[in-house]
Amino acid sequence: MTKLRYERPIISKINAGVPDKFGMKTSVETLNQIDTVPVKDILEQYGSPVFVVSEPTIRKTYEEATSAFTSRYPKVQFAWSYKTNYIDAVCRVFKKLGSWAEVVSGFEYQKALNNGVPGNEIIFNGPDKSDEDLKLAIQNLSLIHIDHFDELYTILKLAETSYKRPKVAIRVNMNTGIYPQWDRFGFNYENGEAWQALNRLMYSEKVDVVGLHTHIGTYITTPNAYAVAISKLAELATSLKKKFNHAIQYIDIGGGFASKNTLKGAYLPGKDTCPTFDAYADAITGALMSANFAPNELPTLIIESGRALIDDAGYLLGTVLANKRLADGRRSTILDIGVNNLFTSFWYEHEVLPVETTTQQTEDTTLYGPLCMNIDVVRAAVQFPLLQKGDQVAIRRVGAYNMTQWMQFITFRPNVIMIDEEHNTHIIRKAETNATFEAQEVIPDYLKS
Amino acid sequence: MNKPKYTIAITGLNNTDNPGPGVPVIRALRSAKSFDVRIIGLVYENLEPGIYMENVADKVYQIPYPSVGSEALLNRIEYVNSIENIDFLIPNFDAELFTFITSQTRLESLNIKSFLPTKQQFEEREKEKLVEFGEKYNIKVPKSKSLTSVNDVSKLRDDFDYPVLVKGKFYDAYIAYNSEQVIGHFNKISSKWGLPVIIQEFIKGTEVNVIALGDGRGNTIAAVPMRKQYITDKGKAWGGITLGDETMLDITHKLIKNTKWRGGMELELIKNNEGDYYLIEINPRIPAWVYLAVEAGQNIPEALIQLANGEDVAPFTKYDIGKMFVRYSYDLIADISQFEKLSITGEL
Amino acid sequence: MKLKNNIAISETGFVFDPNSGDSYSLNSIGKEILELIKSGKSKSDISFHILNTYDADEFTFERNYDDFIDMLKHHKLLENE
Repeated sequence: MTKLRYERPIISKINAGVPDKFGMKTSVETLNQIDTVPVKDILEQYGSPVFVVSEPTIRKTYEEATSAFTSRYPKVQFAWSYKTNYIDAVCRVFKKLGSWAEVVSGFEYQKALNNGVPGNEIIFNGPDKSDEDLKLAIQNLSLIHIDHFDELYTILKLAETSYKRPKVAIRVNMNTGIYPQWDRFGFNYENGEAWQALNRLMYSEKVDVVGLHTHIGTYITTPNAYAVAISKLAELATSLKKKFNHAIQYIDIGGGFASKNTLKGAYLPGKDTCPTFDAYADAITGALMSANFAPNELPTLIIESGRALIDDAGYLLGTVLANKRLADGRRSTILDIGVNNLFTSFWYEHEVLPVETTTQQTEDTTLYGPLCMNIDVVRAAVQFPLLQKGDQVAIRRVGAYNMTQWMQFITFRPNVIMIDEEHNTHIIRKAETNATFEAQEVIPDYLKS
Repeated sequence: MNKPKYTIAITGLNNTDNPGPGVPVIRALRSAKSFDVRIIGLVYENLEPGIYMENVADKVYQIPYPSVGSEALLNRIEYVNSIENIDFLIPNFDAELFTFITSQTRLESLNIKSFLPTKQQFEEREKEKLVEFGEKYNIKVPKSKSLTSVNDVSKLRDDFDYPVLVKGKFYDAYIAYNSEQVIGHFNKISSKWGLPVIIQEFIKGTEVNVIALGDGRGNTIAAVPMRKQYITDKGKAWGGITLGDETMLDITHKLIKNTKWRGGMELELIKNNEGDYYLIEINPRIPAWVYLAVEAGQNIPEALIQLANGEDVAPFTKYDIGKMFVRYSYDLIADISQFEKLSITGEL
Repeated sequence: MKLKNNIAISETGFVFDPNSGDSYSLNSIGKEILELIKSGKSKSDISFHILNTYDADEFTFERNYDDFIDMLKHHKLLENE
């Protein structure tokens, strides 16, 4: 006689008021393959946990994003935001797709050069550019986006002794109706500081003012804020034209597009509220078209979107280490994925899915990471099926910021692999080992014996 | 002539002390003259009183909260539709409107009709955008300012006279009589609801409301003004009376004309001592006191269904002034077997 | 191990505890086990029955069973022993 399929016995309290999932026949979603590659094979081959980057997803997302803009505006250039994910293989995929590079430090600048990005296709942003960084950027004709007056004067000084004229833009901050208003980067629009900075640069006659840049914030879900930003930058461009008869070559609207992840505290899930690329493109290009640019002087639109282009392409796969009951009877499941690797779990309610499940029944569960630290919580409360030790899980939409902001804490950072267009897998960053750390540390002689 | 019989799905059966509009909307639909109805109650919680009330819903289904995601909600509605063949859907919760508004195409593909505001209409009347809304549509609104830092409080003196209202992005509002109190409320509200905290001019006066229905082309199909006579500690009307206030009707007509408002709405206004009206909030749905309008002569839910059905609906031109409603509470007796059936199967 | 004797288990897997007024839902194997407990079966009887009927190993079942009993205790559905 064949036996019936076993399922763990469960009793759940029915709370008055709160709907019980039992009656609803909701099915538990699983994620057992990525680009046709079985998740369990990936874990077997590359260990657990492991980050997976899907090149097909990058390409598909990039195509969606670029066509949303190019179908509406003739001159569009994307620049890959290195800080979002600067693993070289990822950067090179974006370069192949036609992206320039957007960097915010000497370290990232060097990475872009090493990845073969031509100097004049590197945008150098951020408040931290050393004199050496600036010299190199001027030499390479990179686009230097000035953040503050100290940097502005440094560039003017360097320009005096440089053979090449620096290509510069200023970063502008402004009120676009978005809270919080990011006023710590760049020059303020409303109080006239931005216009003052442009005047200083134009009167110097030592630099080429090639563009205007802004970055209004992060996780912006109201596309219209970008339209406000464009109209303010266009206002500055018009003033430059009027006063100096100078036409800028580009407007860089920065990034900040939301991804489909759900922010903590948000009532509706991100995949319902995240605007489409079309919605962003509509607002941005609409504002550009209605600004006062002569048809032969339309500026190139530069977009530095990071999160929205890569988040969907990243997965983090892991394994259940243990289950336990908390003192109040709630279930908790301990995963080998913690906040050390999944830094974004501090602000996202990440979607954690079982790789396979034999049950459709879920229980209110806390998902903990493996660290011996109280803050190591992946999800504080989630309806989750009962998994056993050794069962596998997959976390969606982790492509942005995790592979740059992760921490080496208590244990090693894991392998990162990429799935290519032919669905082959490649290690693109090796897991750390004890040797990684031994190579960095130095023991003074007196402690050696 | 034979009246058609429609299957209409309704949410918001939570007729509690902070009532959802579902039960009064159903009551209005059951008294409709142009059609008969079969009512499908869609409930989030298993103790929504409308589930257990006589002659309210013919059948009840539990649905997942919008916070679970539109996919799960729509799948559930698809399942209900496969059994019930829903003709119309009237959502009654603020929190679910966004999801239903953005899911219109999918609902239409299931042949479920609804009559909701557009996404633009829905978004531009949000609380923190009130000042822009007032400017755009030339309506007086209280002066408001969004604060993102407690350091900005000292600058308030330039723009505001005390007292002011200190409001959270979603909920909570406190009166502050000086900057110390603003700082106290700012800290409390920002820790609970995040930033910005909204500072609003405190307008002294009477709170009055209008229930209205726009046809989406700028015509006001129905509009009934009301003053709350008694307000609970939750700020909800427990009694109200219809008013014959032409200015309020005028404001409503203009607003609907200029926004081309589509669907039901409630305008919350304050009339100050000088007789000026200030718009405080627009609720983008039928309010819970709708049945007062029905008895006063304007069956708004019936007209909304006709609009959803693509019919030409002639605007209501009159209503009874001085009609009153008084809410009451009532202990309904239910059996645990009903609770069991709903809890276990999700249907009743 | 004894279930409080006025606990009602319905066909649908709905459990009502008249002592507290709380209600619970069971999955089908949970219902089967709770009924066995109610009829006075011992842990080894129940284990024998489940392992014969379902595709489960003894070790897993034992852990799951203990966890289930812990939850019954947590919800105060068992008589104090």
